[in-house]
Amino acid sequence: MIAAFRIPGAGRLKQAETTRFSFDGQSYAGVEGDTLASALLANGVHLVGRSFKYHRPRGFLSAGAEEPNALVEIKRDSARKTPNVRATVQELYDGLTAQSQNRWPSLSFDVSALGDIASPLLSAGFYYKTFMWPKSAWKNFYEPKIRAAAGLGVAPDQPDPDHYSARFAHCDVLVLGGGAAGIAAALAAAETGVRVILADEQADFGGSLHFESGARIDGQDGFAWAQAAIATLNAMDNVRVLSRTTAFGYYAQNFVGLVERVSDHLQNPGRDLPRERLWQVRAKRVVLATGAIERHMVFADNDRPGIMLASAARTYLNHYGVAVGRNVGIYTANDSAYAAAIDLKKAGVGVAAIVDLRDNPTGSVIDEARALGIEVNFGRAVIRAGGKLRVSSMTVQPKNGGGERTIPVDAILMSAGWTPSVHLFSQSRGKVAFNDETKRFVPGAYAQDCVSVGACNGTDGLSATIDEAYAAGAKAAKDAGANTVKGTKPKVDASESWSRGMLGAAPGAGPDTTVKAFVDFQNDVTAKDIRQAVHEGMRSIEHVKRFTTNGMATDQGKTSNMHGLAIAAETLGKPIPQVGLTTFRAPYTPVTFGSIVGHARGKLFDPTRKTAIHPWAEAQGAVFEDVGQWKRAWYFPKAGEDMHAAVDRECVTVRKTAGLFDASTLGKIEVVGPDAAKFMELLYTNPWEKLEPGRCRYGIMLREDGFIYDDGVVGRLAADRFHVTTTTGGAPRVMNHMEDYLQTEFPHLNVWLTSTTEQWAVIAVQGPKSRDIIAPLVEGIDMSDGALPHMSVREGRICGVPTRLFRMSFTGERGFEVNVPADYGQAVWDALWAEGQKHGACAYGTETMHVLRAEKGYIIVGQDTDGTVTPNDAGLDWAVGKKKTDFVGIRGMARPDLVAKGRKHLVGLKTKDPKVVLEEGAQIVGDPKQAIPMTMIGHVTSSYWSENCGRSIALALVAGGRDRMGETLYVPMPNGTIEVEVTGMVFFDEKGERLNG
Amino acid sequence: MLLIRCPYCEEERPELEFRNAGEAHIARSADMAATSDDDFEKFFFIRSNPKGIIYERWRHMHGCARFFNAVRDTVSDRFLMTYKAGEPKPANLPGAAK
Ligand SMILES: [Zn+2]
Repeated sequence: MIAAFRIPGAGRLKQAETTRFSFDGQSYAGVEGDTLASALLANGVHLVGRSFKYHRPRGFLSAGAEEPNALVEIKRDSARKTPNVRATVQELYDGLTAQSQNRWPSLSFDVSALGDIASPLLSAGFYYKTFMWPKSAWKNFYEPKIRAAAGLGVAPDQPDPDHYSARFAHCDVLVLGGGAAGIAAALAAAETGVRVILADEQADFGGSLHFESGARIDGQDGFAWAQAAIATLNAMDNVRVLSRTTAFGYYAQNFVGLVERVSDHLQNPGRDLPRERLWQVRAKRVVLATGAIERHMVFADNDRPGIMLASAARTYLNHYGVAVGRNVGIYTANDSAYAAAIDLKKAGVGVAAIVDLRDNPTGSVIDEARALGIEVNFGRAVIRAGGKLRVSSMTVQPKNGGGERTIPVDAILMSAGWTPSVHLFSQSRGKVAFNDETKRFVPGAYAQDCVSVGACNGTDGLSATIDEAYAAGAKAAKDAGANTVKGTKPKVDASESWSRGMLGAAPGAGPDTTVKAFVDFQNDVTAKDIRQAVHEGMRSIEHVKRFTTNGMATDQGKTSNMHGLAIAAETLGKPIPQVGLTTFRAPYTPVTFGSIVGHARGKLFDPTRKTAIHPWAEAQGAVFEDVGQWKRAWYFPKAGEDMHAAVDRECVTVRKTAGLFDASTLGKIEVVGPDAAKFMELLYTNPWEKLEPGRCRYGIMLREDGFIYDDGVVGRLAADRFHVTTTTGGAPRVMNHMEDYLQTEFPHLNVWLTSTTEQWAVIAVQGPKSRDIIAPLVEGIDMSDGALPHMSVREGRICGVPTRLFRMSFTGERGFEVNVPADYGQAVWDALWAEGQKHGACAYGTETMHVLRAEKGYIIVGQDTDGTVTPNDAGLDWAVGKKKTDFVGIRGMARPDLVAKGRKHLVGLKTKDPKVVLEEGAQIVGDPKQAIPMTMIGHVTSSYWSENCGRSIALALVAGGRDRMGETLYVPMPNGTIEVEVTGMVFFDEKGERLNG
Repeated sequence: MLLIRCPYCEEERPELEFRNAGEAHIARSADMAATSDDDFEKFFFIRSNPKGIIYERWRHMHGCARFFNAVRDTVSDRFLMTYKAGEPKPANLPGAAK
């Protein structure tokens, strides 16, 4: 059965191919090739949404990407729900399910439409003014109310099950826009043999040839010519043709982002198909053939469903075979709406009257309309539309005032003229120029290697467009390196006339009125709002835009910007170019997060780094934590143990017997070369020249500003070779910092840097039994205290593989760090584990490592320091070479504020109640009785329960901390104030006897 | 995404391979410890933020890993030239006059 408003034989679709779909629960029939908009219109449905602010009923304004009103939710299943889809671009497929948005309880009766009546409260600048109210009113009252009442679609509540792909591409000539101009340019470029990409946002190429029934090229109908040309281009090896592909962003150096909608139009997209594909194209030359967008007329109640752009009505008729009404009125300020009247009249649709704002226009379309018997009125305005859920009449008045006449209609087709689509040109940082005669902004000065052709360049008429585009395509190819130019320019046999139009509010919506004449439909901005913005002091168009939100909706003002600008200019009494056009920014139309993210989600979002010993820890049931990109074993719970119990056991076992710890993630850099020691002298605060090969030193690295940047133990393996360790998270930036100085400040030093983090697996064996565990497996290293004292390093073999064996401790116990090539990490760990078992050793994780080091007052850079801590603040003055004349940070450290009294020092804290464990980050005050806001004198940086100490321990940065030993300070918390005593940083084995224990 | 010519690799490569490293031609004093407070302030804190030509450092992080200098127009993001670290500030800029 053919739908009521589908005209048999009209349009280009096969009307026999029926497609079922539903809208708001009701089932309808469309035909293959329909958009959701054309299919609904074929069924006489105009009311499809409610507006953002006033909840006014809305229909279709356009037939394309510029649509501000007809936003719907498309639902494939519970996870595949896409809000804010423009019904005018959503292609129909069998079973498509769509729903209207922003209405309650139903589309035809919306309670919030009362907002329309209370609209004086919601006038321009409402949001800004409301922000001025007490903060609590905003949070508790306005925001929830506004969020519930205003808004567009609802975001999906489940993860997106679709996948998105991405491609990089290079070409010589990229043509954006596939109407007559784009096709002509692509043909000219392609015929030279250069690599061409042609993209268009629609399913079919042709652009305005979709509706221009008066166009004939190369002896055939314009649209048919376009399809034939695309077939030619598709058959060429050097050409890639992309339909359903929107160029959304034009970036520096001819880098253009495009989104190809691969499967949104398919009934059953195969699982192998991505939903969308992101193209990132680098082109030698870009041809912009983005066309023009028709503007609406600004008059009272111009938003009623059934009121639409004249070119949209033509598209629905000439392409989709759909009449947008049975008795339509036309309201225009230029020629092109006449063509709509003529096409509809010829298709048998009643045309009530043409209302033309111009006084005495002449031309062939006017003659033709009259010849068809259509009533034509010059010098008149439509001052108001009747009807609510659907337009029912238009009230006409001479434009300078006089008697009104109301004409019943079921649709109004309007045209105020055409706005060149300079969005991408503007994004390319080109400067637009205002043509005063035609009242258009057109491309002016170019910033990149691109050219605009056709309507987007302000070129009128099909013949001139094709001439310009064909020449530009050939030139772009030549500039990109082509040397052969051949082929024939398409010949235009017939085309439609063009005339300029008007900008701003039409009569009846002028400064002396308070009518709702919409400028921006999506954001509900009226002509009155724009005038109000100017009256309230906004002068720049950027301010007017932000105050009124004109052009700030998802359609980015495609139909509204020029009207808004003209009204602002008129109110300001300034010419349009002096008020200025707002800057266009990417994306041209909304882009899904999915297409930008592509495959980089879930496990592929960020690399996961695992150590050689990771599988063993996993098999032992370790709980892991993320440290940067690394997975680190956090603790090893035994059956029945919670984290607390596991960590307590691990802490006690290490100090009683021994523990094994996977320290492989430690950053490692090999510093090699004749000047290695000199380089170390410059990069670290410590002296290195006199460090003997075979010995280690704890090094501190500063930034030039004198603050601690990183730390780690450094072993000198030979006169010209240092094995440097860094913090786990700091390795890449330390390497970058070293390379920077080596390459740019100290290039005279003969030094080589190599990141060896992943070359070495590192097994820390710590505790009184550590030597007994390691010794049986080691060859070639004397492990006696005399030969291998604390802070020394030897090369030898363990379990038959090479090792760098460090005698060092981050626990305060006798300790070793066994470095072996990462490939042997697991095998050596297994052997050490077997030995350890004989002594009752445990495996321990990062939490125990943290507790044990805190018991000894060893700091962690990035936890106990925060980028504003000097070595002196941290109590590490001893590690700064006093006799050194230069190192990075030497001068910064001496800045007046860094040596001033009262700086925060790192100290220990003991809670008066030993069972209370402080919260890391908690603030510290001197007097808990002072008035709020209290003066905070520091904060807790590290805090743990120490089973070995039988109490809680903490480290803190406290103003003048080292002068407060024994003082009582206070930590105010929500449940009461905690008393603490300031202490030294070492809580366990203060004399350090256990290092050789 | 910018295309940047690495003067060591002698190739134009995508911006993804590079890291910006701040303003170029800011010399670290040979006698750092003796620098006055004012000079240290200029050296460490004060940077030009021009609308137009900027001399800046880049590192070909995911390529040859070398630091080099570049001249870029901050308005258009266009690179006028790149040159090796240690080379003097170029006297003549190709295409600087617009
Ligand atoms: Zn390079």
